[in-house]
Amino acid sequence: MSGGHPLRDRTAIVGIGATRYWRRGESRPRTPMELAAEALLLACGDAGVGVEEVDGFALYSMGFDVSLFAQWLNLDVRFSAMLTGGGGGAAGSVGLAAAAIVSGQADLVASIMTLQQATSRFGAAFAPGDRDPGAYRAPTSVESSFLQPAGLMSPAQMFALLTRRHMHRYGTRREHFAEVAISTRANAVRRPSALMREPLTLEAYLEARMIAEPLCLYDCCLESDGAVAVLTTSAARARDCARPPVYVAASAHGGAGRWGPGITWLGMPDEIFASSGHRPVAEAAWRMSGLGPADVDVALLYDHFSPLVIMQLEDYGFCPVGEGGPFVADGNIRWPDGRIPVNTHGGNLSEAYIIGMTHVVEAVEQLRGTATNQVPGAEVALVTGGPAGIPVSNLVLHR
Amino acid sequence: MSGTAGPGGAAPAGPEPGVLPGELVHVVTDRWTAPWWEAFAAGRLVVPACGACGTRRFPPTPFCPTCRSQELRWEPVVPRGRIYSFTVIRHAVIPPVAEVLPLVVALVEPDEAPGCRLVGNVVGVAPEAVAVDMRVVIEARRVRDGVAVPRFRPAGPGVL
Repeated sequence: MSGGHPLRDRTAIVGIGATRYWRRGESRPRTPMELAAEALLLACGDAGVGVEEVDGFALYSMGFDVSLFAQWLNLDVRFSAMLTGGGGGAAGSVGLAAAAIVSGQADLVASIMTLQQATSRFGAAFAPGDRDPGAYRAPTSVESSFLQPAGLMSPAQMFALLTRRHMHRYGTRREHFAEVAISTRANAVRRPSALMREPLTLEAYLEARMIAEPLCLYDCCLESDGAVAVLTTSAARARDCARPPVYVAASAHGGAGRWGPGITWLGMPDEIFASSGHRPVAEAAWRMSGLGPADVDVALLYDHFSPLVIMQLEDYGFCPVGEGGPFVADGNIRWPDGRIPVNTHGGNLSEAYIIGMTHVVEAVEQLRGTATNQVPGAEVALVTGGPAGIPVSNLVLHR
Repeated sequence: MSGTAGPGGAAPAGPEPGVLPGELVHVVTDRWTAPWWEAFAAGRLVVPACGACGTRRFPPTPFCPTCRSQELRWEPVVPRGRIYSFTVIRHAVIPPVAEVLPLVVALVEPDEAPGCRLVGNVVGVAPEAVAVDMRVVIEARRVRDGVAVPRFRPAGPGVL
C-alpha cells in the first residue's frame, strides 16, 4: 500500500452473487427483497464467508428496507447507508462500502440492487397521475411542471435531447449508436445469463421502431427483474477469502452543480449539455487511483441508452470529446480486439438491467479471469453508474 | 405573444394533434415559480434575473447560483427564439398519449435570454422538418383557466 488517497487499494471485492434475470415482471411471485437475499447468500458463498459476518449495507437508488432484511436473515448491522439519487450510484455504492470499511465502521459490506418492474416501469418514471405506493413515478413537482406539459415523461425522451445536441455539435450519427448496440449484443449472445441472445444486425437496427428520435428501440436498455449483491471487505481480510481479491483502486461520486438534476432540468451549460455529466468524477477517479484511461483493460459503462456510452468514452478520456462516434465506429469497443472492450457482459442493453450492478459483477469476473468474454490478461477495469442527476459514480478496480 | 384559446376562452374540444392532451398537463407552483406561470398565462414571457448580480436562471429557483442572493426581478423578453435541441416522441409511455403522436418536444432558447431553455411542443411543421437552430415563435397554449404552457411554431418569412 503506497501513499496517496486514503481509499486507494485499502479494500477489495471478495464476493459477487446474482439471481437469474427475468424480463420485467416475470420474477413474481418472488418479492424484490427475497431476490436480494438470494443474491446476498450467493455472494457469501462465492466469498467463502458466512452471511452472519455481513455487518454493513451500502445501497443506492432508493435501496430497500434494511431493517426487515436484517430481521429476515438475522444480521447484526453496524453500517447502513445509501447514496442519494438513482442509477448514478451503482458503482459508487461499492465506494460507499469501501469508505465504511476504511473508516472502521464495518468489516464486510454488501452493496445490493434488487429490481422488479412489475407494476411500475422506469420508462414512465415522470408520467403524471400515478401515486401508487412503491411506484417509480413521482408526483408532479414544481420542477417537472416545466417539462411534463410538453410530454416529457420518460428518461429515453430526455436523453434523446442530449443525444440530438451531441449529433448537432459533433456530427455523431445513428450508425455510431448502432455500433454500441450491436457490439454489446454480440457480447450477450455468448453469455448464458443474458436475456437477449440473438445477434443484432445494422439492418435490423435501422429498421427498428423509433421510441424518441433519435433513439430507437435498440438504443434503449432492457426492463428486467433480478438482484445482484457485491461484498467488499478490507484488503487484508480479502486475502483470506475464497477468491482472488479485486482491489478498489478508486471510487468517486458526485458531479457539477451546473449539471445538477441533468435530464430533469435540461438547463446545463452548452459545454456539458451533450455529455454524460461524468467529467468531474472521472477526473477524481483518475487522480485517486493514479491510473488513467490508457491503463484500463475493460470498461463497464452504464448503458441505459447507447449514445450515453459514447459520451462516457469521451468524458473518461478514452477519446477526445466529440470523437466518440468515430471512435466506436472504428471498432475500438469490440471484444476481444478493440482498444477498450466495453460491456463484455452484454450490459443493460442486452444482458439485463439491474440498474448497473451487473457491470460490477462483470468487472470482478474479468479481473478474476473467469469472464464469459474474457479480455486476455485484464488487470484494470472501470465501472460507471448513471449518467443521471448527480451523484453519478464510478469504480476503478484492479486485480 | 398569441394565445390559443378560442372564443369565450374555452380550450379546444378533443385531442389536439402535436400537443399533450390538456388533461395530462399538470402544473404545480411555489412562490418562486408562480410569478412566471402567472405572467405566461397573461401573455407575457419573462425570465428571472438575480436582483443583486443580474445572473439569469431558469426555471426560477430560490437562490442565485452565482451570488446566492434571493432578490429576484422579472425581465420581459421577446417571444422568439431558436431550437436548442428536440426529440420526436413516437412511443406512448402511457396510453392517453398515443392519440396525439408524434409529439415533437423542443428546448427553445429565447433570442434575448440565451441559456434559459423553455420546453414545449413544436407545431405547424412536419416533424421531419424540425431542426436544431430552427427559429420559432414562442406561443402560450392555454390549457385551462389561468394555465398556459409554451408551444413553438416555426417563424415564417419576414417574422424575424
